[in-house]
Amino acid sequence: MENVMTAIRVVPLDHYLILSFLLFSIGMVGALVRRNIIIVIMCLELMLNSVNLLLVAFSAYHSDPGGQIMVFFIMLVAAAEVTVGLAILVLLKRNTDSVDMNQLNRLKW
Amino acid sequence: MVKTDLLALLVPALPLLGAIIIGFGRRRLKGNTAGMLGTAMVALGFVASLLLFLGHDGETHIVHLFSWIHVGAMDIPFAFQINALSLWMMLIVTGIGTLIHLYSIGYMHDDPRMATFFAQLNLFSFSMLLLVMGANFLVTFIGWEGVGLCSYLLIGFWYTTPEFNYAGRKAFVMNRIGDIGMVLAMALMFYQFGTLNYVDVMKQGGMMATGNPLIVTATLLLFLGATGKSAQLPLLTWLPDAMAGPTPVSALIHAATMVTAGIFLVVRSSVLFQLAPYTQDIILWVGVATALFGATVGLFQNDIKKVLAYSTVSQLGYMFAALGVGAYSAGMFHVTTHAFFKALLFLGAGSVIHALGGEQDIRKMGGLKGVTKTTYMTFLIATLAIAGIPPLSGFFSKDGILASTFAESPLAYGVLVFAAMLTAFYMFRLLFLTFFGTYRGKAHPHESPKVMTVPLMVLAVLSAIGGALNIPHIFGGHDWLKTFLGTAADGIGMEHLELSANTEWMLMALSTTLVVLTIWYTWTLFGKKTTLDGDTADMPFLKRLIAKRWMLDELYASLFEKPYGWISKHFFSIGEKKVAVPLTVGTGKAALGLGEWLRKVQTGNTSFYLFGMMAGVVILLIITYFGG
Repeated sequence: MENVMTAIRVVPLDHYLILSFLLFSIGMVGALVRRNIIIVIMCLELMLNSVNLLLVAFSAYHSDPGGQIMVFFIMLVAAAEVTVGLAILVLLKRNTDSVDMNQLNRLKW
Repeated sequence: MVKTDLLALLVPALPLLGAIIIGFGRRRLKGNTAGMLGTAMVALGFVASLLLFLGHDGETHIVHLFSWIHVGAMDIPFAFQINALSLWMMLIVTGIGTLIHLYSIGYMHDDPRMATFFAQLNLFSFSMLLLVMGANFLVTFIGWEGVGLCSYLLIGFWYTTPEFNYAGRKAFVMNRIGDIGMVLAMALMFYQFGTLNYVDVMKQGGMMATGNPLIVTATLLLFLGATGKSAQLPLLTWLPDAMAGPTPVSALIHAATMVTAGIFLVVRSSVLFQLAPYTQDIILWVGVATALFGATVGLFQNDIKKVLAYSTVSQLGYMFAALGVGAYSAGMFHVTTHAFFKALLFLGAGSVIHALGGEQDIRKMGGLKGVTKTTYMTFLIATLAIAGIPPLSGFFSKDGILASTFAESPLAYGVLVFAAMLTAFYMFRLLFLTFFGTYRGKAHPHESPKVMTVPLMVLAVLSAIGGALNIPHIFGGHDWLKTFLGTAADGIGMEHLELSANTEWMLMALSTTLVVLTIWYTWTLFGKKTTLDGDTADMPFLKRLIAKRWMLDELYASLFEKPYGWISKHFFSIGEKKVAVPLTVGTGKAALGLGEWLRKVQTGNTSFYLFGMMAGVVILLIITYFGG
């Protein structure tokens, strides 16, 4: 465990920050602009994992295991969330024969 | 002591039980069963009161039932006060009440809502008992409001006639004006004494100086309450209209019991009134004016019940005049005898109305002497009693009042004697027009059944010998009622009558002679031949004014009803239509319009929602970063 910590600390904290920011932005823009629902779900996972990365980095630099525990929670929630998301995806495919997210435009008044 | 508690609890509890049973079972109970049950409950209450009365030792007993209101310094128990005054009122209420219940079984026998009627009568008896038995002003006030409610219900008993409902409402509103006075008086006394218990209030109040402004205000407010309930000027117009109710109701509520509540209240608080000479003067003159007012209006009324109603107003005026000169026992004595003969008069009138199938106009009666013998005999006794012919009960009680008034103010005495002459006139006019001469109507008169005539006979005996309760010293009596009540109300203990025996004899002879002369004059007008009044339009001015009841109703209509109606109308057309409605409806419309506009945001495009979410987060971030 200790060597993992050391390994993380080899890379400066700034780099983690920048990488995580980039990953999050890619994920967000992807979720906003892409219409393929598979891609959108992937983008959501990307955003979650960018946050995980950041948490692990801070955890190592602060010597606080709480951050890593938080990561496990996020993974758990992400797993649950992706099952629901995929279920919606399957239903969408069955009902409309497409994976275009704009098919879900009946969520309105 | 335990026996006293139980009996005192039973007296009001029995009529309440009757009211509950009959009230809830009114659809299943037969009218007669309900009548029997209701009568039995009140009769048992009378027995209990009688037992209490016989076991009374002259002390004041407080029967504490439970602690009712206990907040901070305020501690108001639900308790009864058993002493001579409440016992006397209890006997009157349950005794006369029993007779009237009994009579109602006959009078109401073909009414489809007979059970309801008895439930309400029982509820009334309960409220009235609460009123007279309460150990503090608040318990009395429950009864006070209760009798007001029952009065409203019973006046409007035949609710399919709109005028009857109107009469009920009028009684309710008039009483409410008086009630304001009572509530304010209670608040004032609580503020001053920190308690509402009669015993404590009288003890503390009795130590204050005569003419203390607080006492004067409190007594004036109490008197305002009394004027509402006891139909004194200026709050009397409801009582004649209250004759819309069934006749037993008029007898029970509007003659014998409820209207005496105001007198009871004043006697109960006599210690306070004794310390407020200013209030006493007002009471005296209000009483005298009311006595005269009622007597004059009674002269030319043609409805048998209206005559009796104005007569009640007039007699209540006598009672208040007595209270005004501090002759509390004389007032209570007149309450008692008046309960006997006025109940009898009303029940007799009811019997006549019953005999004629609902006719109330005395111009269409006459010659009933031969047909309805019992009714005629009892009615005659009651008429003689109310006119004050010795040795009937009314003579003693009225003479007591007249003598006390003479000692205080000869002018008031003169007016009251004049009113007594008028009383004799209108009562004998009523008697002659109803029972003498020839029958002028079209119905087939018949005597009422036994269940109605027996109460008449009992009341006739009481009216005849009731005077024996309080025979004054000059007849060799001992003022029994005065001595008895003196143990309860301290004000009675302070009474003093400074008249020599000769003066008393002279006053009696004077009033009796005048009354007898009036009766003779009435006989010449209505007994030998029958003089009927035509339309009011043909009468001379003063007579027309009196026949139209001094235009009091019209005066109130133009003074209060019309301005009030005008204000209401304008509040409706301006306040309601131009302000309140636009405001409330506008608020609703604004919310609707906003929603209509805002729901466009819900496009259904998921990407747009995501964008909105993100934009929101970004804006929040910017605000926290730069703003805070």
